[in-house]
Amino acid sequence: MTQLSTIEKLEILADAAKYDASCASSGTSKKNSIGGKGIGSTEGMGICHAYAPDGRCISLLKVLLTNHCIFDCHYCINRKSSDVRRARFTPQEVADLTLSFYRRNYIEGLFLSSGIIKSSNHTMEQLMETARILREEHDFRGYIHLKTIPEADPELVYQAGLYADRVSINVELPTDAGLTRLAPDKDARQIEGAMGEVKSSIIENKDARKRFKNAPRFAPAGQSTQMIVGADSASDADIVGKASRLYDGFGLRRVYYSAFSPIPDASAVLPLKRPPLIREHRLYQSDWLMRFYGYSSREVMQATGTDGMLPLDIDPKLAWALNFRENFPLDVNRAPREMLLRVPGLGVRAVNRIIAARRHHLLRLDDVAKLTVSIAKVRPFLVAADWRPTMLTDRADLRSLLAPRQEQLELFVA
Amino acid sequence: MTALQHVKLGAYYVVTMPEPDDFDFWRERARALVQCDVPPDRVAWVEPGGSGNLFSHGERRMPVPDRDAPQVRASRAFVTLAKNAILHTDTERFALLYRLLWRHQANPRIMEDKTDGDVRRIDELARIVRRDSHKMHAFVRFRLVEESDEEEAGEHYVAWFEPEHHILRANAGFFMRRFANMKWSILTPRGSLHWDGKVMEEGPPAQRSDAPAGDPAEDLWRKYYASTFNPSRLKIGAMLKEMPKKYWKNMPEASLIPELVAGAQARESAMVAAGEVKDEARPDTLAAIEKALGICRRCPIGELGTNAVMGEGPSDASFMIVGEQPGDQEDMQGRPFVGPAGQLLDMHLAEAGIERKSAYVTNTVKHFKYVMRGKRRLHQSPTAKEIDSCRWWVDSERALVKPKLVLALGASAARGVLGRTVSISRARGVPQMLDDGSELWITAHPSYLLRLEGPAREEQERLFTADLAAVAARLTELVA
Repeated sequence: MTQLSTIEKLEILADAAKYDASCASSGTSKKNSIGGKGIGSTEGMGICHAYAPDGRCISLLKVLLTNHCIFDCHYCINRKSSDVRRARFTPQEVADLTLSFYRRNYIEGLFLSSGIIKSSNHTMEQLMETARILREEHDFRGYIHLKTIPEADPELVYQAGLYADRVSINVELPTDAGLTRLAPDKDARQIEGAMGEVKSSIIENKDARKRFKNAPRFAPAGQSTQMIVGADSASDADIVGKASRLYDGFGLRRVYYSAFSPIPDASAVLPLKRPPLIREHRLYQSDWLMRFYGYSSREVMQATGTDGMLPLDIDPKLAWALNFRENFPLDVNRAPREMLLRVPGLGVRAVNRIIAARRHHLLRLDDVAKLTVSIAKVRPFLVAADWRPTMLTDRADLRSLLAPRQEQLELFVA
Repeated sequence: MTALQHVKLGAYYVVTMPEPDDFDFWRERARALVQCDVPPDRVAWVEPGGSGNLFSHGERRMPVPDRDAPQVRASRAFVTLAKNAILHTDTERFALLYRLLWRHQANPRIMEDKTDGDVRRIDELARIVRRDSHKMHAFVRFRLVEESDEEEAGEHYVAWFEPEHHILRANAGFFMRRFANMKWSILTPRGSLHWDGKVMEEGPPAQRSDAPAGDPAEDLWRKYYASTFNPSRLKIGAMLKEMPKKYWKNMPEASLIPELVAGAQARESAMVAAGEVKDEARPDTLAAIEKALGICRRCPIGELGTNAVMGEGPSDASFMIVGEQPGDQEDMQGRPFVGPAGQLLDMHLAEAGIERKSAYVTNTVKHFKYVMRGKRRLHQSPTAKEIDSCRWWVDSERALVKPKLVLALGASAARGVLGRTVSISRARGVPQMLDDGSELWITAHPSYLLRLEGPAREEQERLFTADLAAVAARLTELVA
């Protein structure tokens, strides 16, 4: 076989890696290259260095070390029965590419994953070697996200966490049945076991750092995971429940959702068409409700319909409010913070502003309008000094008043 | 304020800023003016280089506050916002900041009231500046210049950037901390920064032509940009919101956007169409299958122009054998398992006491897939995709014949029945229950035995014989 050039390998291995949704570079410890030998800094906020026409942020060089794989997961473009072109980078090549991009300010760092070659341990060692070259030989202080292999030796995973800012293991599918059917080589219990190991390493490391200032940091940006939406029959309620268990059980920083999208040479077991991207969006909104708005997973599930699916035409917060109208309207001048957060159309920032401003004077509807994005959306749920909505609970047509107008559906974009 | 003070301070004051982003200068002047009780409408703030003609009658000397003048108060929230807001290009910014500082003296918590017009405006200015800075961190693109003519040969990274506001100096620290051990310059129309690894120097405004025109690494970067884009999820609005067109001209990857967008729809449709299998009604007789097979073009093998080879055997056989695909001999005779592999199979079946005539014998893939090597047609394994497309025919045959036991020969056959890839060494000898209640047994394909030699062949022959013996025993149980 002819030798592939770096640019050909990059094309194949970046294409193979793009189905991982995460590209975050935020939330890690602060570091910079002053006093060091190399380059790199992380200052808390992630930076998106470019955006692709799919609207996704390009923050990291996201590639696979290789797309050869001994596994045969139906949803995956790299499964062994797939007919794609294969390529393989050496750890040194990936490290060089990362530094070359970083010096030109194209990226925040590296997100490295890999198909399973030879054995899980061998693969994990290769991933780690790449991180080691960057950190030790080049004193690279940018962001590194390593995908860890659930079947690999925990000691190797621990080593990886010492080099990386973030480690992640994908749970892949929301239900065990789905995993067994679509990823016959993977084992849900093994994945969760590995996530549990990472969690305890993070906790132990925090504890060690309290006592020994110089203890090495283990994955300061925590761990995350990803679930594929729409490749199996799991409902939104299943997915939200699974996400909530993952947040609680493994202290995850983020659960990413990736709407299943058609891949070249797809397996016949998969649905051909992708689910609407709006479904992924509604799931992220529900994720926000749990992480920033104080909703429990049970409450988010109350926003789903009888089929366990979140409505696609309105957001889950509005859906919940319509189901529990007895909580509204709320007095914008008196209601506690946690209740104001439940008003559809009020974000965390708007609620903070309302609470600060109402210490100074009674808020009228005009004032609220200055603090929020859309007064029309929040008005039915609020009482202000000069405003009282007409009998909210009596209006059967409330949903249609608030739902965004149905547009001619995009024939080609949807 | 007393009438007397009004008389004393009746003059207008004009403050000319030395630099558009000099917060310390502004703070010092503003503090003195507040201490001297000069109300906002009596101060004119002038941009550097601004003429200030309107206020030519104003006092250019600063008033000197009394030594016992009260301390000027400012909340931390105000100072943080003001440091950013002063970088905005809005000419009214200095006056706005002064007005807020003035109002702070009466109401130290004024910044909390986000319904106030001035507070909202400073919020807005600071937000825009923060965004401009953030986009600078993101979209500056360095290009490598190899310096060999100087005494210190080395790499110099140079960027051309056009910020909208006066943010260059404020962000020098960010790039210094990030690229501490690299020699770099950022050139902008408002000034430039040069870092040599030790000292930061400021330089005059620059032009685009002062910066290098390209960098070989940009080809790699463009390839990465194009490859990481998923054409199935076109969201142009989301991209434009975060990466407005005004930045595109200085980003090497942006030139690709139009063609990526234009090609996306076609790429997705092609992927969907390639996976599409028409859901026709299943044929209700074996003869109907045979007829339909001849014109099957579900996969590219059908295009090779070989003959479709239908299964053969009793239509109510309780035993079905599934192979991989017809070979050269089978294609010419139109019958399954008549070539060398078929003869080996017949021999082993006889040895196990199974009569071939009692079994329904067929293939996973119905057409011969080959490449020409000289004058010979050389067998090629079907891809997983082709097996999955052809699975529909094997399923149809199984639905009609209703065998109690299916024997799959080789990995392709196993995939054709099960729909997933299995390992022969792990799956052989252990029956699996299929959806219709029949049993699936898996063993190697006889052509595999033909390719082996010596002890390896003896070992595989032994395993194959054992598998067939087990199948024969099980068949007797099932039929009895």
